[in-house]
Amino acid sequence: MSGFVALVARDLRLVWRRPGDVAVVLAFFVVATTLFPLGIGPEANVLARIAAGVLWCAALFAALLSLDRLFAADFEDGTLDLLLLAPWPLELAALAKCCAHWIVTGLPLAVLAPLLGVAFGLEPAVLLALSATLLVGTPTLSLIGGLAAALTLGARKSGALLALLALPLCVPTLIFGAGAVEALATGGDFRAHIAVLAALALVALATTPWAIAAALRQAGE
Amino acid sequence: MATPLLEVADLACRRGGRRVFERLSFSLGPGELLALTGRNGSGKTTLLRALALLIRPDTGSIHWQGTDVAAEPDAWRGRLAWLGHLEGLKADLSVAENLLAAERLRGAPPAGDRLDSALVAFDLSVLARRAMRTLSAGQRRRTALARVVLTQAPLWLLDEPLNALDAPAQAAFRGALASHLASGGLAIAATHADLGVAGARTLELGEPQKASA
Repeated sequence: MSGFVALVARDLRLVWRRPGDVAVVLAFFVVATTLFPLGIGPEANVLARIAAGVLWCAALFAALLSLDRLFAADFEDGTLDLLLLAPWPLELAALAKCCAHWIVTGLPLAVLAPLLGVAFGLEPAVLLALSATLLVGTPTLSLIGGLAAALTLGARKSGALLALLALPLCVPTLIFGAGAVEALATGGDFRAHIAVLAALALVALATTPWAIAAALRQAGE
Repeated sequence: MATPLLEVADLACRRGGRRVFERLSFSLGPGELLALTGRNGSGKTTLLRALALLIRPDTGSIHWQGTDVAAEPDAWRGRLAWLGHLEGLKADLSVAENLLAAERLRGAPPAGDRLDSALVAFDLSVLARRAMRTLSAGQRRRTALARVVLTQAPLWLLDEPLNALDAPAQAAFRGALASHLASGGLAIAATHADLGVAGARTLELGEPQKASA
């Protein structure tokens, strides 16, 4: 367990040394979402109607943007070998890497999203709901994205390949994430959507660390 | 010779359909160094990676104190100190941070004064707070060697440990290796240079063999 904490702490420290990497991801999220009101026009009804879908899609793309370096940096400088050689399960190391990714990507996206939601004319209650769905849903994106990052390790043009692998797997999370916000706005069953979102996160938590570890061992050969 | 701790029997590895080596057997006791020699591509790195279980060998077995290491891989990894041709150091962390992070990743207790003595051994004390990215290749290599010393692992697996080292750094490494062996440690090093250990054993790996279907 101390190795898990040490790995999360190391990755957070590395991000702290290069805050630009995270800033670019968050800036992308802000720019991408604000393009929609500009492109579609200021009609409040339309914007409020599409807001959840737009913010969720933009969050998904932003999370993917930062994922191709998740294991590639360790692979290139040889620290991946040290992780493979650590005397504790590699599955925990995979989980620690995804956990660190979520803290610096999913968490700030969930905090930022309601601020952007204001530009779409969302009600305060809906803004909170949006944030809640992202909090529950983005861990799934980090885990599935981590798997795609591990599978594409060492491949050329890995960024595009990673998106192709990860995006289809993220579709259920996207549907229930945006659907939950939609449900709240239209009087549907918000809690059912959130429950499905949490179930998806648990399934990802219970499966992806093993798959990521297997992919990393393969990359180490 | 003392009773061997490490026994490798009939090891064979295949890379990309090509047999790199086969029927490789050796044993190593406390305080012994095995120098791997041979041409480029003769399989020195492959053998080191197979010993560290980073590569699955085709056949053969590796035993430590009579136990197959594949049966308890985590315990085996805990006995290894690894130096690959990549240093495994983070460019954005300082020398001391890299060493501490590596120790914590091994699940070892924070190093404290052991860190200081490892830094002193490789003349890194004045560089301890410098970011890795500002250091030269030789200074990075010294940091990686300090990390190996810091592990206090009984078996060192080293891939070209003298790469990029100047004369004083080579002497420092030879001193660290000698005291590791003197305290009963084992080391296996792929090298083209003399490591300055009296009675070191040598394993010459053969020519790369032709692909066989």
